[in-house]
Amino acid sequence: MVTPVSGDWCQDTIYHSQLVHRARAAAEAVVDPELPMLTLADLGVLREVRVGADGGVTVSITPTYTGCPAMDAMRKDLRAALRGAGFEEVRIDVALHPAWTTDWISDGGRRKLAEAGIAPPGPASARARGRQAGIAPPGPASARARGRQAGWPVPLTLTPPRRRVPCPRCGSEDTELTSEFGATACKALRRCTACREPFEHVKEI
Amino acid sequence: MSFDNAYEAITEENDSRWAFGTGFDDPLSGVDTVLPPDVDGADLAQYCLMLGDDALVMSHRLQEWCTRAPELEDEVAIANIALDLLGQARFLLARASAAEGPAGSAADGSADSAAAGAAGGAGRGEDELAFLREESQFRNVRLVELVNGDFAHTMARLLIFSTWRLALLARLVDLQDPVIAAIAAKGVKEVTYHRDWAARWVVRLGDGTELSRSRMAEGLAAVWPLVDELFRPHELELRLATVGVGVDPSVLRPEFDAVLAEVLRAATLAWPQTPALAGVAGLFGRHGVHTEAMGYLLAELQSVRRGHHEGASW
Repeated sequence: MVTPVSGDWCQDTIYHSQLVHRARAAAEAVVDPELPMLTLADLGVLREVRVGADGGVTVSITPTYTGCPAMDAMRKDLRAALRGAGFEEVRIDVALHPAWTTDWISDGGRRKLAEAGIAPPGPASARARGRQAGIAPPGPASARARGRQAGWPVPLTLTPPRRRVPCPRCGSEDTELTSEFGATACKALRRCTACREPFEHVKEI
Repeated sequence: MSFDNAYEAITEENDSRWAFGTGFDDPLSGVDTVLPPDVDGADLAQYCLMLGDDALVMSHRLQEWCTRAPELEDEVAIANIALDLLGQARFLLARASAAEGPAGSAADGSADSAAAGAAGGAGRGEDELAFLREESQFRNVRLVELVNGDFAHTMARLLIFSTWRLALLARLVDLQDPVIAAIAAKGVKEVTYHRDWAARWVVRLGDGTELSRSRMAEGLAAVWPLVDELFRPHELELRLATVGVGVDPSVLRPEFDAVLAEVLRAATLAWPQTPALAGVAGLFGRHGVHTEAMGYLLAELQSVRRGHHEGASW
């Protein structure tokens, strides 16, 4: 940032922080193209909004899945929203590191998912820890022990892991996995055995 | 932005997001693509092509299952896995493009570079790398190019491929190139799901009926000849392993064998015995020497792009 003229320092700083506030508000309001009940901020995809001394905006976003086809739509929607808020120079950068995790979905985002009938993810870090501890792979215990001795970075899971995923409609915890792959890269398909409704679940990653 | 119907989506002015490939934004836009020290740009570019071509070609074969899978859930699963791999391929080809620099096109003798819609990077761009290279310029292992065969063949190959790739990506995470490391970190999470899904199908079919069991054993036997090649290091992989950027694939074998043994034991299947497919005068997929299946695959993958030299997008 260029050094402002000394007399206007205070005013420049206030003006700049107003610009940042406006840019951030515009970017944070953009919704996900495939989960339109969530904003990009709710989803944790929006990493950073910066405003340069020349008034140009740089937004950093991170992909949920590497193949997520919504990335291009997100860029266009962000650009349009920021232009609408009066920013002509808009740059959308990709931040790859650290990799996105469902743990970054905000509490508000989780509530909105549940209200839309989509079960929010459980803690992804717990899933990783569970895997390290070798959650329930069937087969002889000796095989599991060998796997740990060999130091596999990611243990094999031969049965769908048991997860506590309450039904977003009736609240029953009596639900089962239909498929770990759903209509978008980030969702699994489940079924409630109490109310018998199928539902989607944002899977832990 | 959302659309009420598909027609609106494709007619929106200048909208290119549903194109067959060309016209997308550079997936690495804004990522620092400076080379790590002690690494030759051409070497890194070739390595990214190896990793990216494995994902691209495997993705293409999986996409061929669209509308053909036995159940809707499996149709969706295969399409998801293909999409994850296509995403990995896009990032890796974009990384190859940035690493090769402007000299890349000349070095590889690729025709038609002027027509390419090079998106970002200093090199040829992901589209030109995917759609305008010749067969001998593809560096994928031959396992991924085999025709699909039946569902059991496809599950056998996917189990083998994802077990190997997961072991590879898990090691790339700790290496020197920050872009490859970041792509690998993301890929580990995705491929874990792919491997578990394929492994469960192998167990279900292997430990199923007499018919499913024999088909599963046939599938494994059919793809097994291409397994040894996965662990045969190319000189470039060895060179990059010494500077901490690449992985010598021979180190992945013990993990691969241990995972496969656990799956086959649960599936009550015997270890496949079909002999390895030899290379051609000592050359394999990593050298650009492929099987008969590769030419047909590329014809389908590339024909639309090659038919529109201006770089059409829609």
